[in-house]
Amino acid sequence: MFRILTATATAMLMAGAAAAQDSVRIAIQLEPPNLDPTGGAAQAIDSVLYSNVFEGLTRFEADGSVVPGLAQSWEISDDGLTYTFRLREGVTFHDGTTMDAEDVKFSYDRAMAEDSINAQKGLFADIAEVTVIDPATVEVTLSRPNGSFLFNMAWGDAVIVAPESVDDIASDPVGTGPFMFDRWVQGDRIELVRYEGYWGEAPALARATFRFIADPTAAFAAVMAEDVDAFVGFPAPENLVQFEADPRFQVLVGNTEGETILAMNNAVAPFDDPLVREAVALAIDRQAIIDGAMFGQGTPIGTHFAPHNPDYLDLLDLSPHDPDRARELLAEAGLPDGFATTLKLPPPSYARRGGEIIASQLREVGIEADIQNIEWAQWIEEVFTNGDFGLTIVSHTEPMDIGIYADPDYYFAYDNPDFRDVMEALSATTDPVARTDLLHRAQTIIAEDHVNAYLFELAIPTVAQAGLRGLWLNQPTAAVDLTGVSWAE
Amino acid sequence: MIRFALGRGISLCLSLIVASLVIFAVIEVIPGDPAAFMLGVNARPDTVAALRAELGLDQSLPARYLDWVGGMLRGDFGTSYTYRTPIAGMIADRVWISLPLALYALILSTLVAFPAGIYAASRRGRAGDIGVMGATQLGVAIPNFWFAMILVLIFAIELRWVSAGGFPGWEAGFWRGIGALTLPAIALALPQAAILARVMRSSLLDILGEDFMRTARAKGLSRRRALWRHGVRNAMIPVLTILGLQFAFLLAGGIVIEQVFFLPGLGRLIFQSISSRDLVVVESVVMLLVMVVIVINFAVDLAYAAIDPRLRRRG
Repeated sequence: MFRILTATATAMLMAGAAAAQDSVRIAIQLEPPNLDPTGGAAQAIDSVLYSNVFEGLTRFEADGSVVPGLAQSWEISDDGLTYTFRLREGVTFHDGTTMDAEDVKFSYDRAMAEDSINAQKGLFADIAEVTVIDPATVEVTLSRPNGSFLFNMAWGDAVIVAPESVDDIASDPVGTGPFMFDRWVQGDRIELVRYEGYWGEAPALARATFRFIADPTAAFAAVMAEDVDAFVGFPAPENLVQFEADPRFQVLVGNTEGETILAMNNAVAPFDDPLVREAVALAIDRQAIIDGAMFGQGTPIGTHFAPHNPDYLDLLDLSPHDPDRARELLAEAGLPDGFATTLKLPPPSYARRGGEIIASQLREVGIEADIQNIEWAQWIEEVFTNGDFGLTIVSHTEPMDIGIYADPDYYFAYDNPDFRDVMEALSATTDPVARTDLLHRAQTIIAEDHVNAYLFELAIPTVAQAGLRGLWLNQPTAAVDLTGVSWAE
Repeated sequence: MIRFALGRGISLCLSLIVASLVIFAVIEVIPGDPAAFMLGVNARPDTVAALRAELGLDQSLPARYLDWVGGMLRGDFGTSYTYRTPIAGMIADRVWISLPLALYALILSTLVAFPAGIYAASRRGRAGDIGVMGATQLGVAIPNFWFAMILVLIFAIELRWVSAGGFPGWEAGFWRGIGALTLPAIALALPQAAILARVMRSSLLDILGEDFMRTARAKGLSRRRALWRHGVRNAMIPVLTILGLQFAFLLAGGIVIEQVFFLPGLGRLIFQSISSRDLVVVESVVMLLVMVVIVINFAVDLAYAAIDPRLRRRG
C-alpha cells in the first residue's frame, strides 16, 4: 500500500514562499543514542546518518533495490564464493583522507572481530576473508555461497569507516557521504552540512537539521507551527486527516519493513500445539486492529514477509478471521474452556493499542490474555532473552528477516528442520527464479504452521511542508535519505 | 556553633552515603540489560557479551558501586553507556537549560503571587479576595502539561509568536533563549504561583491579627504602610520556606514540561536514560539532584542556627 494523499497541486501554491531555500529541518521521534551505525541497533542512528553521512559498498534505494554505493561494480566468481569489488575513484572521507580498499578491509574486519559490538554481526558471518588487491580493488571471500551478500552489505551496519577517525565515531562521525556531521546538541538536534568534496552528485541542500520530538502532542504542535519542515514517522496518526486537509502540508504514507506480529511462545504449552496457534490466528480480525489501533494504516499480512516485496506470497486465506472455527480448534486441542496466558506489550502504539483489541478478540474464543505493559529494555530482557512470555506484539523491522524462523533459540522458539533446510538452500542459491521459489516455500511453511499470528505491515506516515520534494516514501531500511531532497522552485 | 556545624556535616555525609546506596540499589534492580537493549533483536550473544565487557557491566555489583562513588569523589561522573560521552559534560549542557528555566519560572511565579497574595489579604472577604482565591484554586487544579498545550495552541500555532518548543541554544543569543523558555516557564510557574499566592495570603492574614500590627496602626501608620512595613516582612518567613522547596521541585520536576516543549534539560535526560537503561546517567543525575537538596538543607540549617541561637543547642 502506498498512497500520496495530498494532491501535488496544492504544493505549487506554496512554492513561492519556499523558493531559494537550501536548508531543511527534519523531525524524527527518537534521538540516536550515539552516532555509530556499526555499534548499536537503534534505528534513529540510521535515520540520521544512512546515505547522508555514511555509505557502504552497496546501498538501498527508496524502492528497496540494492544499487552500487562506494563500489562502482563487482564480479562474482562462478562458485559464488568470491566477490571482487571495484571501488569508486576520488572518494574521500570528510576529514580529507582517501577512502580505499584498506578502509573496506578495516571496516569489515572490525565488524567481524571477536570484540565487535556490531548489532548485526550475523550479516558478516559468511565472510572468510577480505583481501586488498590494489587501492581500488577489494576481494571478499565467503566461506559458503550467500545469495543475500550484496543486500547485507547495503545495511547501515556495514558502512565504510576509516581507522583514522573511528575512535570518536560515536560522537563525531566521519564518513564519505554527501553530508558532514556538524554538531549535536544532545537532547535537541543534530546538524549536518553539505560536504563539498563529495564524489557523487552534490545534493540540493546545503544544511539539514534533525530534531527529536518524542511526544505526539508536541509533534503535532511542531509541525503545525512550522517549526519543522518534515516529520518522518509522525507519531499521532489521528491527526493526519487534519494535515491532509491543510494546503500547507503533504502527507505521505509509506511502507516499512516492519512485519507486525502477535508472537507466540512456541516452546511452552499450550502454544507448542499447532492447533492452539491456529486457533489464536483465526481469532484475530486484522482489519479491526488496523482500523482501531493504526487509524487504517497498514497492510494485512498472512506470513512473515513484506507485501511490497516482489517475492511476497499472499497467504491471508490460511488464517481468515473465524472465531467459531477457533473455538472448535481449541476443543480439538483439549482446551474446550480456553486458557489464560500473558500478553506483554512494548511501548509503541501498535502494541499498546493493538494489544487491547487483540485481548478482546481472544476473549471471544475463550482465551484470557493478561495484558502487561513493559518498557523496551524490559521486553528485551524478559521476552526476547529469557523467553518469559505467552504472547507479545512486536514489529520486526529488519528487512528480509524471515531467516529468524530458522533459529530455534530465537525468542518465539520455532524449531522446524524443514524450514531450516529451505533457508540453507536459499543461502546457497543465487539464481533469482530458484530463490523466489524457495522464499515462497519458506513463507508457506511458517504460515501453515501458524508460528505466530501475522497481523500487518507497519506503515510510516510522513508529514511535510507542501514544497518539499524527494523524501523517501517507503522505508526499505530506517533512513531519511536527504541526497534527493529539495524545495520546489 | 562549630560543634553544631560539625555534627550537621557528619549527618550530611551519612545522608549522602545512604542516598548513593539506595539510588544504586534501586536502579540496578530495574529489569533490562543496557547492552542487550542497545544491540537490539538481531544481536548475537557474543556481541552482547563483548559490549557488556566494554561497558564494565561484567564486573560485580560492589566493584561497580565503588567505581561509581570513587569516580564522583574525584569529580568524574563516568561515561554514558548509550551516548558514550562523559556524563559530567552532558549534565553541564543540560543544567544550562533546566537551571534558567527553574529560575525564570520562580521569578514569574513570585512576581504574580506576591502582589496577588497581598492584595487578597488586604481585601479579605471582599470581591477582590474571592476573585484571587478562585483564580488560585483554578491554578492549583489545572495540570501544568495541559496548560502548556493550551499555551502552545494559542501562541505557537495560532498566533505564531513563538516556536512550539525546542531550544536554539544560548549561543543563538540571550533573548532568543529567553524566548524559547517563556512558554515553558509560564506553564511551570502557574501552579507554583497559585500555591505561593495562597501561602502569602494566609501567612499575611495571621500576621495582621498580631499585636504588633495593632501597635503599628496605633502609632499612626496608615493601613497600607502598616501592611507593607510590618506585615509583609514578617509574613515572608513561611513564604521563603515554600519558595526554597519549590525551587528544588522546579529544577527536578520539569520532566513533563521538558517533554511537552521538547527541551533538552535535566528532566528529559533522566527520562531518556531510564528508557534506554543508561543506568550510570540515571544514577549520577539523581545523585547530583539529591546532593543539591541535601546541601541546600545543610546551608538552611546553618543559616537558621546563625539567626536563632536556640536551635544550636538542640542540634
